Amino acid sequence: MALEIIESCVNCYACEPLCPNDAIYQASPHFLIDPDKCTECLGDFDDAQCASICPIEGAILDETGVALNLPGSLTGISTEMLAKYQAAVEATYQAALAAKTA
Amino acid sequence: MDLPVLNSNQESAATSGGCAAHSCGSTDDQLGHLPEHIRAKVHNHPCYSEQAHHYFARMHVAVAPACNIQCHYCNRKYDCSNESRPGVVSEVLTPDQAVKKVMAVAANIPQMTVLGIAGPGDPLANPERTFATFRELTEKAPDIKLCVSTNGLALPESVEELSKANIDHVTITINCVDPDIGAKIYPWVFWKNKRIMGREGAAILIEQQQKGLEMLTARGILVKVNSVMIPGVNDEHLVEVSKVVKAKGAFLHNVMPLIAEPEHGTFYGLMGQPSPSHDELQKLQDACAGDMNMMRHCRQCRADAVGLLGEDRGQEFTLDKIEDMEIDYAVAMVKRAEVHAQIAKELEEKDKAKAASAEIKAKLVAIEGASRLTPHALRPVLMAVATKGGGVINQHFGHASEFLIYEASPSGVRFIGHRKTMPYCEGGATCGDGESALDVTIRELAGCEVVLCSKVGYEPWQPLEAAGIQPNGEHAMEPIEDAVLAVYEEMRAAGKLAPKSATAQKVA
Ligand code: SF4
Ligand code: SF4
Ligand code: SF4
Repeated sequence: MALEIIESCVNCYACEPLCPNDAIYQASPHFLIDPDKCTECLGDFDDAQCASICPIEGAILDETGVALNLPGSLTGISTEMLAKYQAAVEATYQAALAAKTA
Repeated sequence: MDLPVLNSNQESAATSGGCAAHSCGSTDDQLGHLPEHIRAKVHNHPCYSEQAHHYFARMHVAVAPACNIQCHYCNRKYDCSNESRPGVVSEVLTPDQAVKKVMAVAANIPQMTVLGIAGPGDPLANPERTFATFRELTEKAPDIKLCVSTNGLALPESVEELSKANIDHVTITINCVDPDIGAKIYPWVFWKNKRIMGREGAAILIEQQQKGLEMLTARGILVKVNSVMIPGVNDEHLVEVSKVVKAKGAFLHNVMPLIAEPEHGTFYGLMGQPSPSHDELQKLQDACAGDMNMMRHCRQCRADAVGLLGEDRGQEFTLDKIEDMEIDYAVAMVKRAEVHAQIAKELEEKDKAKAASAEIKAKLVAIEGASRLTPHALRPVLMAVATKGGGVINQHFGHASEFLIYEASPSGVRFIGHRKTMPYCEGGATCGDGESALDVTIRELAGCEVVLCSKVGYEPWQPLEAAGIQPNGEHAMEPIEDAVLAVYEEMRAAGKLAPKSATAQKVA
């Protein structure tokens, strides 16, 4: 019984300090959950903490591979809304990543 | 809409990280309304004092990536939109790296007096990282003022820790005091180990913001309130917000325009939520002003900016470069104190010079008196100014990537804001949609009747005039406010200041 973080994670750190089992760790290219430590928060919290703060829909999956936060559930942005601008949204993001500075 | 063309957005985000002249400052008049103890505090603050802005610098470090809420104008792949323009990604530093960077910058740029943590998420949603940075800096570099920006959700629980650090001021972004409006701005908040959706979440956020504001002002910590103007959502409501936060002791209320473009992938951007026009923004800022001190200079700097006067010297302080720097801060602090004293002296001299130019203002007050006797009062005029900083008109029209907007009226000159454009000389290549760089500039300068610059080429002259914007290169190197007043006076003498309805306006 464990959740999984996948590549759409944007490394925002929000989940990491919340985990009651220290199961979440920073890794490259994105944060990961140690499946041996994750209890899906059972016994500690009503809701899985990582999935309750993660801002990225689809970044955290349950053990059957289903996203805990479905498309549109957090941002209100449906796949239809995004469809028309998908290419521009992606291109803008890639350009911003390339311009990233410390 | 603030950013007309996508390319120019990225360009400006990458190159103009530091605030330009006047960018975050407020005019002396605005400071004049403040109680003495607050004025003393903001006196050499580059974000609040227009004067100081030319002399002192601030920097931000990106140590706080997490956020505990979602705003509809934010895409969490990017830096917090409350504090930065959308579409910017900052490299996250560890608190140790951040402290090292700040001390390296402070030692090399003695003018750097303020360090802010503004993201890339919500600083108080990352209390350990934020406070570790603050604690260490308070101890190691006591001559640096610290400031922090927050959405307010975690503010009440952070007040105690904030009051221990060398905190200069706190900025809270407050977009509403009504949960029904909040529900249209905030889809969720993370509160007490749960994600709370919709109105209920917004109500919690509002309560925490207000509580935090009260707690901070009760402890004498300066609080600035930022609001994002979202037409049709909270625009009228912000007048109420302004009243409320002022009553609770916020010393500045800064209304910023929503920036919503579909390519940023935000809810508002994709929904086609309109951004305010310059005119709408100015009207709201005026409506909120009252006797509240408004700040119109803020440029929503990127969270990792370093520099002074529109420059971004971030590249000199990359992680590998600061790694090799040996900083003796005790020595640096002595040098910094010398530089600060020198600047204080210069500012004092400037103040004296200012008193002299007050004479011109007196003259205008006299004009106003006279105009009351005439059937038409003199109307206010907006003028755009091209400047590289220093408070003087010193930039070529074609090199300006932004213009400062001033309003001249019989009661004097006031700074209204800044408008970004793309430098006309670098145009062509970067423009899409068949719109030339000049077209963009003319569109962005809508409502201005004069553009003051050090020089303007032959080519843009005619189109500017045709659009009702008079190019003027006659006041090169003059102090901005004096030149604006002088041009206003020329217009009056030429009989051009009758109310607009009575004058035939040139139309393009
Ligand atoms: S579900 Fe709970 S235990 Fe598992 S990683 Fe997330 S926070 Fe940790
Ligand atoms: S909260 Fe989500 S996006 Fe952020 S680090 Fe955790 S998994 Fe990644
Ligand atoms: S507070 Fe800032 S980072 Fe968080 S959602 Fe709002 S704009 Fe984005």
